[in-house]
Amino acid sequence: MRGALHTAILLACGLAGCGRVWNDPYPAEDRGKNILYSFFIERPRHFDPAQSYTSDEFDVIQQIYEPPFQYHYLKRPYQLIPATATEVPHPKYYDERGRELPADADAGRIAYSEYDIPIRPGILYQPHPAFAKDEKGEPAYLSLPEGEIRTKYKLSDFPKTGTRELVADDYVYEIKRLAHPQLVSPIYSHMTDYIVGLKEVGDRLKRDNDTLVAEQQKRYGASDPGRPWIDLRSYELSGVKAVDRYTYRVRIKGKYPQFVYWLAMPFFAPVPWEADRFYSQRGMNDGRNLTLDSYPVGTGAYMISQYDPNFRMTLDANPNFHGETYPAEGAPGDAAAGLLADAGKRMPFTDRIVFTREKESIPLWNKFLQGYYDNAGIASDNFDQAVRAGVGGEAVVTPEMAERGISLVTAVEPTTFYLAFNFKDAVVGGGKGDEHARARARKLRQAVSIAIDWEEFISIFANGRGVPGMGPLPPGIFGYREEAGGYNPVVYDWIGGRSVRKPIQAARKLLVEAGYPDGRDARTGQPLVLYLDTTARGAEDAAQLAWYRRQFAKIDVQLEIRSTDWNRFQEKIRLGNTQMFFLGWHADYPDPENFMFLLYGPNATQDGENKARYENPEFDRLYVQMKNMDSGPRRQAIIDQMVKIAREDAPWAWGLHPKVYSLRNVWVRPGKPNVITRNTLKYIRINPELRDRKREEWNRPVVWPLGMILAVLLLASAPAYLSYRRRERMAAKPAGAPA
Amino acid sequence: MIAYIVRRILYVVPILILVNLLTFWLFFAVNTPDDMARLQLGVRRVTQEAVDKWKAEHGYDKPMLYNGAAQGFGRVTDTIFYEKSVRLFVFDFGNADDGRSIRNAILTRMWPSLAVQLPVFLVGLAVYISFALLMAFFRATYVDFWGVILCVAMMSISTLFYIIGGQYVFSKVWNLVPISGYSPGLDAFKFLALPVAIGTFAGIGSGARWYRTIFLEEMGKDYVRTARAKGLSEATVMFRHVLHNGMIPILTGAVVVIPTLFMGALIMESFFGIPGLGSYTIDAIQAQDFSIVRSMVFLGSVLYILGLLLTDISYTLVDPRVRLE
Repeated sequence: MRGALHTAILLACGLAGCGRVWNDPYPAEDRGKNILYSFFIERPRHFDPAQSYTSDEFDVIQQIYEPPFQYHYLKRPYQLIPATATEVPHPKYYDERGRELPADADAGRIAYSEYDIPIRPGILYQPHPAFAKDEKGEPAYLSLPEGEIRTKYKLSDFPKTGTRELVADDYVYEIKRLAHPQLVSPIYSHMTDYIVGLKEVGDRLKRDNDTLVAEQQKRYGASDPGRPWIDLRSYELSGVKAVDRYTYRVRIKGKYPQFVYWLAMPFFAPVPWEADRFYSQRGMNDGRNLTLDSYPVGTGAYMISQYDPNFRMTLDANPNFHGETYPAEGAPGDAAAGLLADAGKRMPFTDRIVFTREKESIPLWNKFLQGYYDNAGIASDNFDQAVRAGVGGEAVVTPEMAERGISLVTAVEPTTFYLAFNFKDAVVGGGKGDEHARARARKLRQAVSIAIDWEEFISIFANGRGVPGMGPLPPGIFGYREEAGGYNPVVYDWIGGRSVRKPIQAARKLLVEAGYPDGRDARTGQPLVLYLDTTARGAEDAAQLAWYRRQFAKIDVQLEIRSTDWNRFQEKIRLGNTQMFFLGWHADYPDPENFMFLLYGPNATQDGENKARYENPEFDRLYVQMKNMDSGPRRQAIIDQMVKIAREDAPWAWGLHPKVYSLRNVWVRPGKPNVITRNTLKYIRINPELRDRKREEWNRPVVWPLGMILAVLLLASAPAYLSYRRRERMAAKPAGAPA
Repeated sequence: MIAYIVRRILYVVPILILVNLLTFWLFFAVNTPDDMARLQLGVRRVTQEAVDKWKAEHGYDKPMLYNGAAQGFGRVTDTIFYEKSVRLFVFDFGNADDGRSIRNAILTRMWPSLAVQLPVFLVGLAVYISFALLMAFFRATYVDFWGVILCVAMMSISTLFYIIGGQYVFSKVWNLVPISGYSPGLDAFKFLALPVAIGTFAGIGSGARWYRTIFLEEMGKDYVRTARAKGLSEATVMFRHVLHNGMIPILTGAVVVIPTLFMGALIMESFFGIPGLGSYTIDAIQAQDFSIVRSMVFLGSVLYILGLLLTDISYTLVDPRVRLE
């Protein structure tokens, strides 16, 4: 029996190619290869650079697409550097009459800004069928008959591939795609406020698209899913044009210094017209997903080779990559930390990246511990197993993790998570009341801000992974001040060299001044009840909701929690039918404007991002001034004023800035966390031999329990078998029994 | 029988229309097309213009059920319900709200679902029947007593516990199989061994108890007494007579689920990272993707009705007294 069991197991494993490690989820032939193993949780929706706007999607497409600029991998504060461009341009300014203005011209005089973006010659696209040529030198796959397309199911079904040089027109083409009526680009509306002519070209495209769709439906029927191709090259976009083969110019309305940051995002990556044409052919998307949304075409370090968003996506190193090298300089301390060891070496360092979908945190964590993922985050359930407080209170890995060589990297995210007070609400915002009513509401907001103990929240609910907010700006963003210069005097005192939350008596005093002594309205005697709208409502949220109630109870205010689903929650915020609610914002780019605009008065609209509907004319005036300035002491001074106003007005209880904790296995070379961009996988180096050794060491199969289970089953069934035999031999009537 | 089958197939049409209408009503009772658009577009910088564009692009810019502005049949046909539903009847599922083909997803994802569900079904059936026969054979003995207690205990434990416990013991402590993942072909064996074992094990409690009840009922009938009186061995009585006659109620429960095996298992697929239709449906519900939800509900209804039809037909195969007319 034992032999049979072993034979069965060996056969099974032989079939599955298990080798010495049985629980390896990857193919045996990939062992020892220079592959980076990562994971994804949510199914990505869009890989089209005009539509993609989530970090999960950016994890993939930022390895493939190359906008003209990128962020320096090591330097902090974050610094823009060229990617495919040769330099980061300085804009030229023009007045209403087209006369060039000096670089320090007053923003009010600037009617247009122009960016000339030079790109490097000689950059090639990844190999792709869209560029393939036939024997006559004509495009091989750009005018395929529908019948032939119906025999193709994946890109590898097109045997020929080709490439071509990246040119300025490809960037122009992509900017026009932001206005494409068949795509819904999330930044289209925003960009129509800035890019000259984008709205006009969008309107024209819509008209032409409607005509083409009508013609197509007439021909193929109303339910035809095909989408006609629109050759964007024939549409002129007045604000964007290629000056020559390697330079394009973007004309912006007014002054918008933050525009260059957008040029580091995939929205502004190049898209070759051939790819657009290739994927637009009838039948490509008919049950095949052969679209740019699934199979991007880029010039980046990697290219997609396997696309299965339900399970696994594979990126292979782009053989045509233009040969970027690892940076030779970084921030102070980087050299000592070994971060410059690869200076000047050609990237990418891995030949392949495999992203596997892991929807659940338990398998993800265990596979990381088994060595099947190179990096991992830390779920709350595993936090105590992974991290402990060090001697100085800093986070360090536990001895168990240290023994495995696992290391921890932390970084504060450029994110703010806040409790917003609706300024349209009469109680917490002052509504349409007079100055007195607004002052009462302000004091109430300040009292609540003191009462909510974010330090405790971070400790209980975030395992210490967060920094209490002192204002709208998170750490790492220009304008954020550390230490004594940065604490919020409305909520904190500076005692013994650190900020200490004001005692609850200070909040009670403010509540009295607001007209609510002991949590009751001084005029009516009615208890003060505040309403919090939230999407939290499950059993797992109960502790957090109870904690919120306790915070308000500290100042004798009753908190009524109105739980709702995400749709209704969003709708309430949009319509302003809330009193208080939690919300967050993650930076698009590392500039204070990207946070301050959340409090800018004119953005207090239904679709605007000023969800608290906060309005302060002085704040707004300073915002306009600040947003058009280069970072420097003058800008810092204005930001200080804005932060002071915001702290005093307290439109948000400032909440927290989350800290990201990331673990990496011993074979992953030390890297630097970058919370602004996601194109960092090309910098990662691994040691595949060490990984294989560790995997074997950590995953030796234990076979004896299988034999034991079998033995227990046999032993348990033996009495039943014996009983059966006894019954079968038993006479129907016992001997000697009366007839 | 052919006339019966044709009649049953014709009954399917109004049932599916009603199922579609119900799905449509339930879905849009909690989601508006605006909600769907905003969920797809994300929460940042979304304008009403973008929402309207998304709705127009995805066919959600029309009235729900009745278009008063249209003429003639257009009042009914130029609506979201008609346009999203009518093509389902020729199994044209269209595209998901993210633009990807639903047909492609179903054709790709049904095989991993089936790869788990079919072995669980077959092995499970064999194990449950064997265990139930064992308990029935030793009725009123310690085997039966402890067997029932074990069944009740196993029924009381959540499937999630078996999954997490199984992953911990077999994959993490003993390192015998991967914790999660999937691969087509022969490599699938190492990924499917644990989910199939857990799926089978988790169902023993309810399955064996249910079949035991069936067998005990059969064993109390006259033909069993007659068989024993003839001097047949107990094994022959059990396997030849009781098992055979117990097949009708077993078929009722078993055949009906065969077509739905394609639809996958929700939790199992999530935890084991199996890219099947169960996790596809869950993802769609979370993403408020009506196109996928209606397609999966429609497909589920069709398969369930098919299962019921197969059950009826199978009765005639195991019980000569049954005639379909």
